[in-house]
This record gives sequence, structure tokens and C-alpha cells, in this order.
Amino acid sequence: MSDMIVVQDLVKNYGNFCAVDHISFTVPEGKIFGFLGPNGAGKTTTIKMLTTILNPTSGFIRVNGHDPVHERKQVRRSFGIVFQDPSLDDELTALENMDLHGALYGVPRGERMKRAQTLLELVGLWDRRDDYVKQYSGGMKRRLEVARALLHRPRILFLDEPTIGLDPQTRNHIWGYIDKLSKEQNVTVFFTTHYMDEADRVAAECAVIDHGKIVAQDTPAALKQQTDSATLEDAFIALTGHAIREEEGNAVDRMRMMRAAWRGGRR
Amino acid sequence: MRAIYVLCIRQLKRYVRSPARIIGSLGQPLIFLLALGFGIGAIFKRAGGGNYIDFIAPGIIAMAIMFTAVFSGIEIIWDRQFGFLKETLVAPVSRFEIAFGRVLGGAIVAMLQGFAAFILCLVIGFRVHDWLLVPVAIIFMFLFSLLFTSIGTAIGSVLQDMQGFPLVMNFLVMPLFFFSDALFPLQDLPKFMAGALLLNPVTYGVDGIRGSFSSAFAFHVATDFGVLLVLSAILLAIGSYLFSKIQL
Repeated sequence: MSDMIVVQDLVKNYGNFCAVDHISFTVPEGKIFGFLGPNGAGKTTTIKMLTTILNPTSGFIRVNGHDPVHERKQVRRSFGIVFQDPSLDDELTALENMDLHGALYGVPRGERMKRAQTLLELVGLWDRRDDYVKQYSGGMKRRLEVARALLHRPRILFLDEPTIGLDPQTRNHIWGYIDKLSKEQNVTVFFTTHYMDEADRVAAECAVIDHGKIVAQDTPAALKQQTDSATLEDAFIALTGHAIREEEGNAVDRMRMMRAAWRGGRR
Repeated sequence: MRAIYVLCIRQLKRYVRSPARIIGSLGQPLIFLLALGFGIGAIFKRAGGGNYIDFIAPGIIAMAIMFTAVFSGIEIIWDRQFGFLKETLVAPVSRFEIAFGRVLGGAIVAMLQGFAAFILCLVIGFRVHDWLLVPVAIIFMFLFSLLFTSIGTAIGSVLQDMQGFPLVMNFLVMPLFFFSDALFPLQDLPKFMAGALLLNPVTYGVDGIRGSFSSAFAFHVATDFGVLLVLSAILLAIGSYLFSKIQL
């Protein structure tokens, strides 16, 4: 089995601050890989570098065998992504969102519609395909984003905190789809989450990152054993400590707060 | 090419689907038109300026375009974090195509908003001198829209959050609008004012639109057209470049 993601000595500095500090890991093809860490540990920064939207300071990255800095298009074709913040067009219908994605990825029109139907049926949104996304609940939007991310048949699916702000039922459903997809279509899944029970349940392997460094990488069972913990959450605390991280609010956080104030919710 | 097309269509769909927004953003032009048009109209006429509604209508159309266009560019700040733009930034499409599609879509929407303001002006009493020249006015409106959507895109690509928005409105858009020939004629101005007006691209945009509607250009029609075309091309290039450099 080949490695779908290879990262060696990856570094990202913002001025004097080192957000990602010489990390190395590999993700084998077809595996579900959990990337865990407290707030501000460098999870999202790493995903951004893997997905071509942020240039690393130094280090080696291969995504599906391509370099995200110099072979952007090949890398972009290889993955689908569900961002931490929503990225749907609220004023289009679900089907239009799917269609637009397919057009951007060069999927032929007829094929686009066929795949959109299959995927929307899979996430249980086909009956609501002609509704505007602004009428969707947070959970429905997430399901739509997962379906959309898979429309161009990517080899890798990136999920940045895909279940944040969702109730347990919806979380359960979403992981069900993802698990099924990764098995059926041999899609490699790379996700971050704060919910350790989710990681414990679905991840074949986890890396724990803290202060920009990877402090442990193994199967959830081995991580628990290694730290002598009953749950992955306890193992996580054992590895990363009890201190609450005081992150400095940046521009994006301020906008998130504005958005939450207007809409009265996280999503 | 397909990316440019689908992104344009997306913006047009969003525009026609929100009539509330279309009508809402006509509020400001309407106030200017009523308050200034009728409030200053009498004095303007006594001073020998002619019909003031006919004079400011093109300025008001330009105002509607400027605000819509700049806002569509500034929206990038929001859209790239919480909207669909983020999705396009990881698609296997060149950033220039995305920038171009977005600017073109935004410019068409701004032009349509300008056209809506034009209809509003007609209702208030604006008279067109020669209807055959209306297509020329529309060309000017489009170039003007393109120019300001490009400016907005350049700014929206550089700003980190919405807090810079009032700065842009009060120190760029408003001065450009007021220090132009939108509300008063070029003649008999103090020297510094005349200089400011001549350096302001809005002056040429408004003159192009006004000239087409009234069949009387203050500059030559080719001057207006040339200035707008060259500036739009330069700013489109700058806007697309800055957009292509966005990192999240």
C-alpha cells in the first residue's frame, strides 16, 4: 500500500511565531487518519499547507505524489475538502452548489448530474435538492459539503473539524457516511476534531500535535495503552497537558464572532 | 473559460434572486435624487444651469454603480472565509480565472444596478436627449462598473477583516464621488477643485454617461472612453494579481 500523504520536516513560521515546527508523518492510502490537538496547536495551518492555500516556510510535502507548492493543480484535483467554516453558496440550491463544484473541477455535465444524485441520495438530501442552502440546518449543510467534496472523485478527503456545533445524532450520521465512503471508494480521510470519542471510533491512526510539534502518533488503542488511559480523551490530556490554551484572537476569529452574533449560532 | 462563465452566472443568479437587495440599494440614490434634485434644482436653474435632475441623474447612476461595485469587491473578505469563494480557491482552476470571473460577474451586477438607478431617474423625471445613444451610455456604465469592481477586488484581497470597510468608504469612495462632476459642473471651480476633478476617474465615467444621455460631453467621448478603458485594464490586472496572492 502506498502513502497518500507524506510530510517531512514541515515548518510554518509567522514572523517569530512557529505555528508548525518540524513535523513529519505519513498517511497510508485508504486509511482514516485523525489529526488531534488543542486550539492553536497547528492543525488548521497544516491542513492549509497540504491543500495548497498556504505556502510552507520549509519542508517536504507530497499529496498523492504531488508537491502542493509547485504542482497545485494536480494536488487540487486529488483532494476534496470540508472546511472548518462553511463554504457553500447560501443563495443557491443544493443541486446548484453541486453543479458549480462539478463545473469548476471539469466534470462533464451529464456525469455531474448523475454523481450529484448518487451523492445527495447517500447523504439523504436528494429530496431537498432544489431548496436554497440558506434554508438548511447546520447538519444538512455539513452533509451537503461532504457530498460536494466527493463529486470529483478525489483520492483524499480533508475534513477540518467537520462535526463542530452539531448534535450527536448528526455527528453520528456524518461519520457513518464518511466511514462507508472511505471503505467503498478507497478514499483516504484526513480529519481534525476536538471530539476524542469520534477519533477513537473512526480513526485507524491518530497524530497528536501540540505547540506545532507532533507529540505522539499511533492507533487510538496504542495511544491509550501508552499513556495508561481508559479513553482517548484521557490519553490526549496526558499527552498535551491540562493548560487551557490562550489563543490570541485574529481577524478570522473576530469575523466568526460577528457572524455568530448575527446568526445566533456557530454555523 | 468555463470557470469564468459559471462564476459570472453564479453572481447574476444571486442578484436576481434578491429583489430586496436591489430595491434596498436604490434607497441612497433615491434620497440624493429627491433631496438634491428638487432642493437645489431651483437655484441651479436660476443660475442658468438648466434642469438639475437631468444634470445629476448620470451622477446618481454612477453613485449606484460605485457602491455596488466596491461592495462586491469588499465582499471577498467575507466570502473567502465563510462563503463559496473558499471553495473556488482550492479548485483546480487558475486564480486569474476565478478573479476574472468574479470581477466580471460583479461588474455586470453593478451595471444592472446602475440601470435600475437609471429607470428610477426616468420615473423621477430624467429626460434622455437621444435614445439611440443609450447603448453608448450602457457601455460607459459597464466600463465604470469594471473599474470599481476591480478596485474593490484589489482592496478586498488585501484587507484582513471588515473593519477596514468604513475606511474604504469614507476615504476612498465618498471623496471620489464628491470630488467629481457628479453633482456640479466642471466650469468656474476654484483651481484646486478643478485639478482634483480632472485627476479623478469618476469625472470621466460620469461625463461618459452624462454625455451619452444628453448628447453633450464636457470632454471628448474618446477621452472618456480611453481613460476608463485604460484604468479598468490596469486595475483589473492589479486586482487579479492581488487576488491570486490570497493565502488563507
